[in-house]
Amino acid sequence: MAYTFRGGIHPGTKDDPGFKSATNKKPIEVLKAPDKVILPVSMHIGAPAKPLVKKGDIVDMGQMIAEAGGFVSAPVHASVSGKVVDIVPMLHQNGSKVLSIVIENDHEDRLHESVKPKNFEAMTNDERIQAIWDAGIVGHGGATFPTHVKIKSGIGKCDTILINGAECEPYITSDHRLLLERPEEIVEGVRYLVKIMGVKQAYIGIELNKQNTFAKIEELLNNDPVIKLAPLECRYPQGAEKQLINAVTGREVPSGKLPADAGCAVFNVDTAGAVYRCFAQGMPVIRRVVTVSGSAVVEPKNLETRTGTPVTELIDACGGFKEAPNKLLAGGPMMGVPQFTTDVPVLKGTNAFLAFCGDEDKRVKDPTCIRCGRCVGVCPMHLTPVYMNMYASRNNLEGCEEYDVLDCIECGSCAYVCPARIPLVQQFRVAKMRVQDKRRAEAAAAQK
Amino acid sequence: MYDFSKVVITSSPHIKSKEDTQSIMLDVLIALIPSLAVSTYVFGFRAILMTAVSVIACMVFEAVYDKIVGKENTIMDLSAAVTGVLLAFVCPVTLPYWMLIIGDGIAIIFAKCLFGGLGKNFMNPALAGRAFLLASWPVAMTTWAAARSPIGIISNSQETLDAISQATPMAIIKGSAEGELPSIASMFLGMCGGSMGEVSAIALLIGGAYLLFRKVITIHIPAAYILTVAVIALLFPMGGMSSRIDSLAYSVLGGGLMLGAIFMATDYSTTPVSKKGQIVFGIGCGLLTTMIRYFGGYPEGVCYSILLMNTTVWLIDKYTRPTKFGAPAKQKKEG
Repeated sequence: MAYTFRGGIHPGTKDDPGFKSATNKKPIEVLKAPDKVILPVSMHIGAPAKPLVKKGDIVDMGQMIAEAGGFVSAPVHASVSGKVVDIVPMLHQNGSKVLSIVIENDHEDRLHESVKPKNFEAMTNDERIQAIWDAGIVGHGGATFPTHVKIKSGIGKCDTILINGAECEPYITSDHRLLLERPEEIVEGVRYLVKIMGVKQAYIGIELNKQNTFAKIEELLNNDPVIKLAPLECRYPQGAEKQLINAVTGREVPSGKLPADAGCAVFNVDTAGAVYRCFAQGMPVIRRVVTVSGSAVVEPKNLETRTGTPVTELIDACGGFKEAPNKLLAGGPMMGVPQFTTDVPVLKGTNAFLAFCGDEDKRVKDPTCIRCGRCVGVCPMHLTPVYMNMYASRNNLEGCEEYDVLDCIECGSCAYVCPARIPLVQQFRVAKMRVQDKRRAEAAAAQK
Repeated sequence: MYDFSKVVITSSPHIKSKEDTQSIMLDVLIALIPSLAVSTYVFGFRAILMTAVSVIACMVFEAVYDKIVGKENTIMDLSAAVTGVLLAFVCPVTLPYWMLIIGDGIAIIFAKCLFGGLGKNFMNPALAGRAFLLASWPVAMTTWAAARSPIGIISNSQETLDAISQATPMAIIKGSAEGELPSIASMFLGMCGGSMGEVSAIALLIGGAYLLFRKVITIHIPAAYILTVAVIALLFPMGGMSSRIDSLAYSVLGGGLMLGAIFMATDYSTTPVSKKGQIVFGIGCGLLTTMIRYFGGYPEGVCYSILLMNTTVWLIDKYTRPTKFGAPAKQKKEG
């Protein structure tokens, strides 16, 4: 029996469900380390890291070059050995310029002395969490929330760990390949996480389109009393935290609350892998598997890259573009962040980089709602986008609040199915910001 | 360096489903083809001509309206064509063309465009057009040609009409017309008097199955509507029926119920958006239809029941809003 949630969509075509066929059979290829890496001090949600090195310093691979800038923050490590040539604001995937440490690679890959296996059993729990923090581990699914914060705030509150291998975003296959090629790392990582958090049960949730990974994982789990494999029906957005929790445990995260409030902690499969590498090898986060795909890419691939590698090098490795792309995305096509150049670095949470040259977007002039109600049926948060849009387009913030615009997770299911091609997610993003602004203004006024 | 001159920045999601407004409307048109085919067999070439005239009239009206108010031309979304076909389907095949064209004008201009066009109209345009025609030319709108009778393609004299007209099953049951009830089989296949679209239940069901298969409509409204009518007919048989089963068969197959339930009560703009709301809507349509049939002055109540329920859509939507994910338990119960 496979688990799932209510709502959602099935992107893709009959022959190519989830548009994953371009890369899901391609083994991970290790990309040659670039001559220069660009490591922004913000590769996570939270306070930016503070540089520990200065221009001209020689650094080793795995050396911490920027320390966490607060509790909700993560350090940054050198992904190559070489010389720090610059510490300047550089273009980031978020579209702005972010302070970045640029390292010129000496291609020696000298390991830093701090990179050595840790004795997990001999460590106290606080030391283990500190080790995870020091390794710069953040949510590798894309949200990049620092993992130590999730663990620390979840201990005592959570009785269940969910390992997110849904990979419901179309095109992306990096987690699939990791589950297939490096399941040991993931399963061991989950064992570490279970011990650290002291939970009674853990599920590795994987969608049925990755069934070829099940046998090996079951074998590695070896009837583990705590950790179970949870097959999931294919459905977007099953990898969204709240939907995954609901699918596997049947629990609903209360509106406006966090997964921990439903007793669950959710980690991406590669986050579990990073936890394994942190203890078993002492290796901080300096590598990232990225799916490069999309209609504009000559030869789509799954590439293992160093963090900070310019995306242009990934595109080069995939044979460049068939024709000039009209859309570049960091992440999947449903929630990915649009880019205007490939001159951005690979970050810890970069699971895919896509380039399109066709009419995937299908934008139209003057879209008109025909009230078909498809958006209502697919909304995984069980909202009514048709009415939210009506209020949002009139800038009626009370109406937007009444229709729970703040509960929208911006998964894009409604906009995907909308036959009128209304940019619903865009409407709701703006409406959410305005509602929050209004609330802040009201709170400020109430204080006076 | 790569060429990024064509790159655009837009909000996610960056891929969309194949279906758009035009393809949905095209599916509806395709689903109406079986009915048109049967109707042509039963009533002759005039059925096709009536449909074509109605479609062209609707599209011209919409194009002219768009031109006058300075809107972008919207006829290519094909919704006007759907209205055209549906209005032709709910009229007698012998209705003079000029009346049909006036009905099209009412449907497109007054029921749809004046409210802001597709998606903003609160009444089903085709049914509004029919209601107007029925009020304006009650005799012409209730003269039903018998199946396979010699119907003039261009016009019909009063003598011809008198000679070929036949009462509809609903009118006979109601007692407002004399005649012999057609057999259940002939109603199912379409060999009885009635409007163009409603004669053959099987053709409508094929169309409905196609729409369900293509996911253009869901089962909720048609099922709730037809089941409500069927259950009432079973529990309280219509007058003059020999058995409860007969009552059920005639009430489900004998009038415009199939056409209404599958094609009219599922019109997106004028029906609720949530599944729960759609079921409420379907039941409401079913109750009103039987009430009009049992107690009303008209033999048939599908048209007015849907129009009446159209006016309640916003209210239904308000009270059948899905309970949001993660809502507190108390709110859940109320929802």
